[in-house]
Amino acid sequence: MIEFKDVSKKYDGIFALSNVNLGIDDSEFVFLTGPSGAGKSTLLKLLIREEFPTHGEIYVDEWDIVHLPMERLPHLRRKVGTIFQDFKLLPQKTVFENVSFPMEILGLSDQEISRATKEMLELVRLSDKAYHFPYQLSGGEEQRAAIARAMIMRPDVLLADEPTGNLDPQSAWEVMQLLAKLNSLGTTILMATHNLDISSNLPHRKLEIKEGRVFSDSKKNVSAKEKIHK
Amino acid sequence: MNNLSRLIRTTTQRISRNPYHSVGAVFVMFLTFFVGGIFVMISLGSDAALSYFESKPQIDAFFKEGTSQGDIDSLEQKLVSTGKIENIKFISKEEALKIYKERNQEEPLLTEFVTSDILPASFQISTKDINDLEEIADIVSKEQIVEDVVFQKDVVKTLSSWTKAIRNVGASIVVFLIITSILTTLIVISLNISLHKDEIETMRLVGATEWYIRTPFIMEGIFYGVSAAILATAFVWLGVYWISPFLDKFLADIPIFPINQVIFLYLLLAEITFGIIIGSIGALIATRKYLKV
Repeated sequence: MIEFKDVSKKYDGIFALSNVNLGIDDSEFVFLTGPSGAGKSTLLKLLIREEFPTHGEIYVDEWDIVHLPMERLPHLRRKVGTIFQDFKLLPQKTVFENVSFPMEILGLSDQEISRATKEMLELVRLSDKAYHFPYQLSGGEEQRAAIARAMIMRPDVLLADEPTGNLDPQSAWEVMQLLAKLNSLGTTILMATHNLDISSNLPHRKLEIKEGRVFSDSKKNVSAKEKIHK
Repeated sequence: MNNLSRLIRTTTQRISRNPYHSVGAVFVMFLTFFVGGIFVMISLGSDAALSYFESKPQIDAFFKEGTSQGDIDSLEQKLVSTGKIENIKFISKEEALKIYKERNQEEPLLTEFVTSDILPASFQISTKDINDLEEIADIVSKEQIVEDVVFQKDVVKTLSSWTKAIRNVGASIVVFLIITSILTTLIVISLNISLHKDEIETMRLVGATEWYIRTPFIMEGIFYGVSAAILATAFVWLGVYWISPFLDKFLADIPIFPINQVIFLYLLLAEITFGIIIGSIGALIATRKYLKV
């Protein structure tokens, strides 16, 4: 599903990622862990072509991300949904309008948009807040609205960059339950997090990034650290 | 609701949420179109005046005081014998006074002390061909009994050079204002792009196409241009309507007024077209430079 082949990314001569090789299967749930500045967000940005790698190749299914023509970029971003620590909801739009926004962009009919948005709001349990504005929601509700917006186009992959970073523990677990539900429905999820409580208590694959390198991969069950000590 | 109406809604929301920017942009463009419209009107007026004078090949020959009727008659014979005269009319001192009083009837101060003694008798001569005016004027001016000769070639020449000057000055000012309008649109739209930075980022991330993100900004530029064009044409129309009675009296026989209303329709269409062009150019430059999609 997702493949990084010898990917490096340099900013002003400093490597944010260095020779990263990894593969993620369909419907996998993967935690990207590691300290701040390790390269987790850079890895996610490369997947939606917000950044270009300095070297290497990236594939999402058959899509060659590095060589994807500019005009195909919107299609990629519909195939790969994203959510963020700061939610990025549009403050002047209601929850309903925020969630339906990606469908509006595609010029779909009002009926189609209304039906899909209602379904999605039900899935994230925000039907009763459909006509609230983001400032009227709690952090957990805002993140659930952001997830609904990211999922409305039924993307194959969901990238989550510190989605629980701004949330209290209870809201964070609610968001995790929701992500787990989406994953069980077949969405591949790649989630960058600092929250060890969450990542260590869930059975999903963990990729630890340190200084721009894949330091350990729970799937391979062998870490670079262990290799060094051998 | 289709994409176009959604884009229109986005555009109107952005315009109404930044009313000062929008009013500023419309005012600057209004100035451009208003000045442009005024110069078009002046230009059309001078053209009409020019054609009026060109269509009236006429020489006024004023006689010296005490010229006898016999001398006047013999000059008439001499001119008619050239075969180039369309019409020749003698205007006596009394007739000259009558014409003068008619033209100034609403200003008694100008007519009160004027008597026929101070107005000269004259010939009004028109030729069959405007090109013969100079030759006839030359013959007349060489006559001993003629004090002064005024013929339309002078008026046409002066008017022609004035029209040319007005056009050049007008075109220069309008070009300057067009550049200012484009720059103002560019600045206002750049500001709006920066105000909507977060929205644009979100649009990109949820898969909006470049066209979808750029279009509302282009439509905003077009809106400024079209609004300014409509306002400016309305003000030009009102201005002309207001000034017509004064100018009509001032220009006397020159048939400029009333102005055909179709001219204003053409002016409106032309200004709207320019509004679309100027607004689009400003917006396109702004989105190309500041909108990284």
